[in-house]
Amino acid sequence: MSTQHSTPGAPGTAPERETTEGRVYTVTGGDWDEIVTAAAKADDERIVVNMGPQHPSTHGVLRLILEIDGETVKEARCGIGYLHTGIEKNLEFRNWVQGTTFVTRMDYLTPLFNETAYCLAVEKLLGITDDVPARASVIRVMMMELNRISSHLVALATGGMEIGSTTLMIYGFRDREVILDIFELVTGLRMNHAYVRPGGLAQDLPPGALDQIREGVKLLRSRMHEYDKLATDNPVFKARLVDVGYLDLAGCMALGATGPILRATGLPHDLRKTQPYCGYESYDFEVLTADTCDSYGRFLIRLREMEQSLRIVEQCLEQLKGGGGPVMVADKKIAWPAQLALGADGLGNSLDHIRKIMGESMEALIHHFKLVTEGFRVPPGQAYAAVESPKGELGVHVVSDGGTRPYRVHFRDPSFTNLQTMAAMCEGGQVADVIVAVAGIDPVMGGVDR
Amino acid sequence: MTEQNAEGAEGTGVPVPREGRTELEVIGVRHGMFGAGNGTNGGSGDTSGYGRLVTPIALPPASSRPYGGAWFDEVADEFEGALEEQGLTPEAAIEKTVVDRDEITFHVHRDHLVQAMRTLRDDPALRFELCTGVSGVHYPGDAGRELHAVYHLRSITHNRLIRIECSAPDDDPHIPSTVAVYPTNDWHERETYDFFGIVFDGHPALTRIMMPDDWLGFPQRKDYPLGGIPVEYKGAQIPAPDQRRSYS
Repeated sequence: MSTQHSTPGAPGTAPERETTEGRVYTVTGGDWDEIVTAAAKADDERIVVNMGPQHPSTHGVLRLILEIDGETVKEARCGIGYLHTGIEKNLEFRNWVQGTTFVTRMDYLTPLFNETAYCLAVEKLLGITDDVPARASVIRVMMMELNRISSHLVALATGGMEIGSTTLMIYGFRDREVILDIFELVTGLRMNHAYVRPGGLAQDLPPGALDQIREGVKLLRSRMHEYDKLATDNPVFKARLVDVGYLDLAGCMALGATGPILRATGLPHDLRKTQPYCGYESYDFEVLTADTCDSYGRFLIRLREMEQSLRIVEQCLEQLKGGGGPVMVADKKIAWPAQLALGADGLGNSLDHIRKIMGESMEALIHHFKLVTEGFRVPPGQAYAAVESPKGELGVHVVSDGGTRPYRVHFRDPSFTNLQTMAAMCEGGQVADVIVAVAGIDPVMGGVDR
Repeated sequence: MTEQNAEGAEGTGVPVPREGRTELEVIGVRHGMFGAGNGTNGGSGDTSGYGRLVTPIALPPASSRPYGGAWFDEVADEFEGALEEQGLTPEAAIEKTVVDRDEITFHVHRDHLVQAMRTLRDDPALRFELCTGVSGVHYPGDAGRELHAVYHLRSITHNRLIRIECSAPDDDPHIPSTVAVYPTNDWHERETYDFFGIVFDGHPALTRIMMPDDWLGFPQRKDYPLGGIPVEYKGAQIPAPDQRRSYS
């Protein structure tokens, strides 16, 4: 939000023109005062301000349409769709396994949640939920929890930057780098992993991964208190966040808000506890709540959830210590024929497998070819799988007509639903608080628009 | 309306399903044996000689009592009882109930959708406080019920999840809006309208949400092409995704 002041009385820098809707100003920053003064002079008191679609304080390409009276927001609306890429439509033209490479790009800050939710839904349709190897589930949980930390770090970092705390921003992105390095080691990519596949995982953890994760967890643990020191009791920080973006439990329920927004009202609703998946019932962690219903409560929840996620990651590390075990279902009609291996030119089919199908077994070659070009068939029906993403309930509705491609995939992205609460949080408040409220929602437009 | 159109499906080449199944669940038909060349490209990749094989595509049929699960019968009893208390015959409101893959789906007739949703939300024994939105599905082969709106309702009180499905024919794509009951469906219904052209009657401002305002057509309907252009890769022309050989 630009709040620089230009000299009072200086010639206005905002071009204005008359339209049928009233006088329209094109604001290019730095001339806020003139606009407000001009609007106060005009007999028409209502001014409509377009924030975005390319405002640097937004999480992606979000357009906010604010009707303001002085500094007070009278009405607030969102314009979305700028990042719509038709992923759901595209999925209907790819086979079931290829779907993971698309869904990972939806909410690009929570790729592993998108993949896992999609795969859980496909596995439910296939009826192989219980056949997924335990090791695959543990790695899924570990990767998701690391991803939760990285997503929350971005939420804190960008939220801090938006209210002028660049230190918070730099700390957040610095620590996120630790997690992205782990992702790169394990999946080959920093984002858009396509690591979780229907039936298991693309590959097992590479050598040295456990050590690096252990080191990373230790490093992150030692740095968590910095956020506390920097922000939690910081009077400037609190002055901006406390009581801003208020939304109580009834509002959350009506508007479908989940995740930290819902937990900030005091309701400990977390799908990891209420509807456990991937074996979450066997981990020891707490669901954190606040009772403030405001942006400060959401900030605290994110901060504390990261510590809980570290706890879960440590428990996963303990379980993975033994090593070994498959990470893909045993059913050869579903399991990808080859485990991936990291070669000199990146991640690809393991050379051992290529040697086998090209040189030794004709049947293995046919099988590989059929499964890779055609894919597997999924019995007709529909399923809904939901995971607790860092932003709330990430639900996937999958329909199959018995073919090799999804008939319909719909993502209930928490950002999409949570962003609806923007109007309820912002109307009646100050313009500057809009930024804080939106940062508290933590919408990611890749997920909102899909 | 729905049943009349369903009867009309007999003349459209959809095979008569096996005995014991209602015909409403058949959503299409598949030709050939290996599914090759059965895509939009119309080519015949199937050289097996079994090209005349016709297989109906059938979704899971309606279930009969008991529904099983830990609480399916309990919810169904409460739901039907609550509707009856309001003077509605459950058979009129609930077209069928499907239990499949540990999930229960109530197919609710669109005339009674809002009342049913309100009951599910308010009845203390049901109490589905949270609606997780609307998902549209287009079944061009499900004559008279082509457009489906699918709602997933979550009860935090009882820790349950159910699915409500409501359908409308292509030539009358109207389903009542549930925004009055679940305000969260505001954007979700706009999205479903945008992509499927389902008109949610009573929605406060049913406009496009993802596509540009002046967009023509409804992109996620099955008859809407994906689009795309062929690309060159290592000297070969790779057709657009919806033109490639597909296996159904």
